[in-house]
Amino acid sequence: MPMIEMNNVSKWYGRFQVLAECSTQVEKGEVIVVCGPSGSGKSTLIKCVNGLEPFQQGEILVNSISVGDPKTNLPKLRARVGMVFQHFELFPHMSITENLSIAQVKVLGRGKDEARERGLKLLDRVGLRAQADKFPGQLSGGQQQRVAIARALSMDPICMLFDEPTSALDPEMINEVLDVMVELAQEGMTMMVVTHEMGFARKVAHRVIFMDQGRIVEDDKKEAFFGSPRSERAQQFLSKILHH
Amino acid sequence: MSSWDWQVFCKDTIDGEVVPGCFGGAGDVTYLDWLLSAWGWTLSVSALALVVALALGSLMGILRTTPHRGLVLLGNVWTELFRNIPLLVQIFLWYHVVPTLIPPLRGVPSFILVVIGLGLFTSARISEQVRAGIQSLAGGQRMAGLAMGFTLPQTYRHVLLPMAYRIIIPPLTSESMNIIKNSSVAFAVSISELTLFALQAQEETSRGIEVYLAVTGLYFVSAFALNRAMLFVENRVRVPGMIGGGGH
Repeated sequence: MPMIEMNNVSKWYGRFQVLAECSTQVEKGEVIVVCGPSGSGKSTLIKCVNGLEPFQQGEILVNSISVGDPKTNLPKLRARVGMVFQHFELFPHMSITENLSIAQVKVLGRGKDEARERGLKLLDRVGLRAQADKFPGQLSGGQQQRVAIARALSMDPICMLFDEPTSALDPEMINEVLDVMVELAQEGMTMMVVTHEMGFARKVAHRVIFMDQGRIVEDDKKEAFFGSPRSERAQQFLSKILHH
Repeated sequence: MSSWDWQVFCKDTIDGEVVPGCFGGAGDVTYLDWLLSAWGWTLSVSALALVVALALGSLMGILRTTPHRGLVLLGNVWTELFRNIPLLVQIFLWYHVVPTLIPPLRGVPSFILVVIGLGLFTSARISEQVRAGIQSLAGGQRMAGLAMGFTLPQTYRHVLLPMAYRIIIPPLTSESMNIIKNSSVAFAVSISELTLFALQAQEETSRGIEVYLAVTGLYFVSAFALNRAMLFVENRVRVPGMIGGGGH
């Protein structure tokens, strides 16, 4: 049974169709990289997975729970799905430790001390224990994004969604974030990652999805994707982003 | 200068005799007593109206940023209704018209009606500020809150509002100062506050300059003290690593 399953998902903004009959699935422990030109719908697609963006047609199942079903308890589902955003989105008025513990306490009902402990352990893991009492505005972009990953992990997610996690970072900070993600992937976390970091894709992805104009154009095993993408559009895109 | 007579405040309000020590007592009321009591009314009207305005303004401002169309409409209608009618007219509406339309309100003291009128008028302005504060946060903060598993109310409580309120402290300060100044309209429905005091006292004593200067001074001191208090709050809640405590 797949961890994430999408069947013919379509979405419109008014008359404009942003997603067109997208279908794919992510098995437990699989790492999927979603790429494509800007405006192709990849961020929208990943935000549909935890219901941050509504969709009008089709079906998405996460751990067999239907995201689009109005009867689904979305907060409960989202608490189990970690998400990392392009602009980090740490809570600026809370210290790093509070950022890591607030949802554990308010959503999962853990005790404050337990939540703090768990948070500090995860900070250790992303190499930021020393920053525990600082505020997000006092950290670099790369550090903030590593905290954001730790924050998502603090909820013990069954899978993780990454929405262009390195796109807003200065080049020298990209690797520190990718390193954490590679480690996660190697530990067997189920991950769906929107990114243009093809090095990351080559290293840990199992499959690569290529989107264009709201459609999933390619959905291949990594080897097949980097070997011989079938669509001309994907070929063009790859040649553009791999050139330098 | 020599024509100024500050002793006017020491006079008894009934016989006009100067009372030693300036404070009446044993049933005598000096103009100074009256001035201070009027100041008390001004501050009471302002404080209670501010409570009403903050509570309702926050609620309406929040409603206008929710994903529910009905709630947004309610917030919008509320805001436009109380924002587009002059304050003085609203006070008269509460005093003369509303009690006629809603009989149970007939026995309500005019002090309460003024608090409601001034509170609702200001709530529309605070609603605008709260809405703007929430919308100035990038949409990503709302998503980040929801993605952590917070319900929508939790997202407001823990994520959106703490930052939004920090951002709007400066306009909220102006609004709170405005309430003190706007409370002067209460004279129109015979609340014995500073402005009414000024009108009556200068009539009775013919010392308009002294009376108005004293009242002006008290308005200024009240508003300025509030301003300083809010500045203190602003500094206390400033977020480390952020300039001016806001923005994202």
